[in-house]
Amino acid sequence: MSTGAKDHAQLSDIFNEDEARVDWHDETLWFVRAKRDKAAHGLPEWETLRETASQIKDNVLSNLHDYLLQFEANAEKNGIKVHWAANGDEHNKIVHSILKESGVNRIVKSKSMLTEECHLNDYLHKNDIEVIDTDLGERIVQLAEEPPSHIVLPCIHKKKEEIGELFHKHLGTPEGASDPVFLTAAARDHLREKFITRKAAITGVNFAVAETGEFVVCTNEGNADMGAHLADVHIACMGIEKILPLRKHLSVFLRILTRSATGQPITTYSSHFKKPRPGQTMHIVLVDNGRTTQLGREDFRNSLKCIRCAACMNTCPVYRRSGGHSYHTAIAGPIGSILAPNLDMKNYADLPFASTLCGSCSNVCPVKINIHEQLYKWRQVIVKEGYADPKKAMAMKAMDFTLSNPSIYKIAGKAGRWVLKHAPFTVNNKLNLWYKHREMPEPPKQSFGEWYKQNNKND
Amino acid sequence: MTSREEILAKVKSNQPGPRPLPADLATVPGGMESIAQFKTVLTTIGGAIVEVTNFDEIANYIQQEFKDKKRLISTLPELASVTEPGWENKDPHSYEDVDLAIIKAHFGVAENAALWITEDLMQQRVVPFICQQLAVVVNKADIVATMHDAYSKISDAEYGFGSFIAGPSKTADIEQSLVLGAHGPKSMTVFLLGQG
Repeated sequence: MSTGAKDHAQLSDIFNEDEARVDWHDETLWFVRAKRDKAAHGLPEWETLRETASQIKDNVLSNLHDYLLQFEANAEKNGIKVHWAANGDEHNKIVHSILKESGVNRIVKSKSMLTEECHLNDYLHKNDIEVIDTDLGERIVQLAEEPPSHIVLPCIHKKKEEIGELFHKHLGTPEGASDPVFLTAAARDHLREKFITRKAAITGVNFAVAETGEFVVCTNEGNADMGAHLADVHIACMGIEKILPLRKHLSVFLRILTRSATGQPITTYSSHFKKPRPGQTMHIVLVDNGRTTQLGREDFRNSLKCIRCAACMNTCPVYRRSGGHSYHTAIAGPIGSILAPNLDMKNYADLPFASTLCGSCSNVCPVKINIHEQLYKWRQVIVKEGYADPKKAMAMKAMDFTLSNPSIYKIAGKAGRWVLKHAPFTVNNKLNLWYKHREMPEPPKQSFGEWYKQNNKND
Repeated sequence: MTSREEILAKVKSNQPGPRPLPADLATVPGGMESIAQFKTVLTTIGGAIVEVTNFDEIANYIQQEFKDKKRLISTLPELASVTEPGWENKDPHSYEDVDLAIIKAHFGVAENAALWITEDLMQQRVVPFICQQLAVVVNKADIVATMHDAYSKISDAEYGFGSFIAGPSKTADIEQSLVLGAHGPKSMTVFLLGQG
């Protein structure tokens, strides 16, 4: 998503202009978070599941080289063609060349955050290939010409009236119709026609099993299956970190994924693709796009355990009140803020600061990624590498100077108290960013240092 | 160097030292009885339970409840008398107008009401997804407690495609309002077959 030079704080300001909508967004996501809690608390073994999932992922990352080779060999034995892409551009070229070879210029695609990350739709569009996103939420944002604002609930930022307007314009529904049941039925008819007529389907991958060469795609709508089982060509795109060692490990991950995401016990469909159906060709594109670099960053490699459940977003007080688009990256929220700087530290230097470091993200993460600790560590890396916001860097330097010099510290304290008491207007204004959503404190009569001196004398 | 070699080399040099796999998890005993739990969860996720003791009861139920439906297909020979003959092995697109498909599941899972169905039970992969309504027959004796039991049962079974299906197709993408029947079946009936 191109947002020009605006950072998270500036984009949040735009989102925050409509306070009622912010409240609604906040409450809607908290509702999802509450459903997650109920599902998690329903299993006494929840913490054991999290720990086990985390350990399986540790094992995957420590042995990824061999698992990738094993997966490739087994998938090919199953009749699936395996491709490797070093970056987003190569991924897009591979997908395009498969479509060109198959003589297809109109395709359906189910949800895949990887293809968002690689900007596949833009690339194919430029090459005259029409892509129809078939997940309802993704179709809605596609019609609105916007990126998804949430990885599980792509149009969570949109009101049903706005969706009704989009459908009126693009699908010909009656003006003013905004009932979710009615709109969903209209989308069903609209997209059925696409499923029936398109010859190629792209899906994402939730899990891929090294032992068997199969991959699993989870949806509630059934759109991945509708696309894949009707198409002559199925292309599945996955990041290299999606591997699991053994088929039986799916039990652990299918138990935690949807409970963490929406509070359901499992998605409606957990489809295991092992071989193409007779007459069909099936491709898997394995994508690096910075993952091997992240694997080498000891402090940040755990982020590769992510299973894209979005629990960290739903619980995040900053995400809920700033909206997904303010993160200006395909994966928003706390997890996106530790993944994005790996890809482009300069462009995403603002994201690790878009957090209160409250730690709720780490508490709900089903694979126990230490998200808030990584946010804190990224801040240090970003400042050290010289990518911090210059205003912030300057303030930090001034703070460092003041705090490491006792006499200046005393003078600064006195000056601050004097200003708050005698000239509050100099700080209670728009130029002071801290004042924007807060009142300045009552100035104390004296500092602790002065108080201590005085009271010690009296003894 | 190809991208494949490049990626593999970078993975090899950057991956951390060996970390062991954890012990396998098993179903934690206790909690609800499996069949009762399966029924409760299925109903919660929008499915319907019909308890039957034999296939005649299923055939009767279908004739009564779906009598206004035009196109009924089934992979079960026991239901041949109430479904369309010779529908098999056609172009998958031709099932677009199927009103009801009745298929069998290997087993069901109590904790999430998911039914494990592989390609051989679907006839064509698209059948359980493209039909307007889906019905699945599962033996009462084949309800397991959790996904750990499910994968023990699947073990190293061979299949080209298989899916856990839990309830009707659904979406909550518009303002978190739950709507049944996104792209796939608008309803799911589970015939729980067995005595008692």
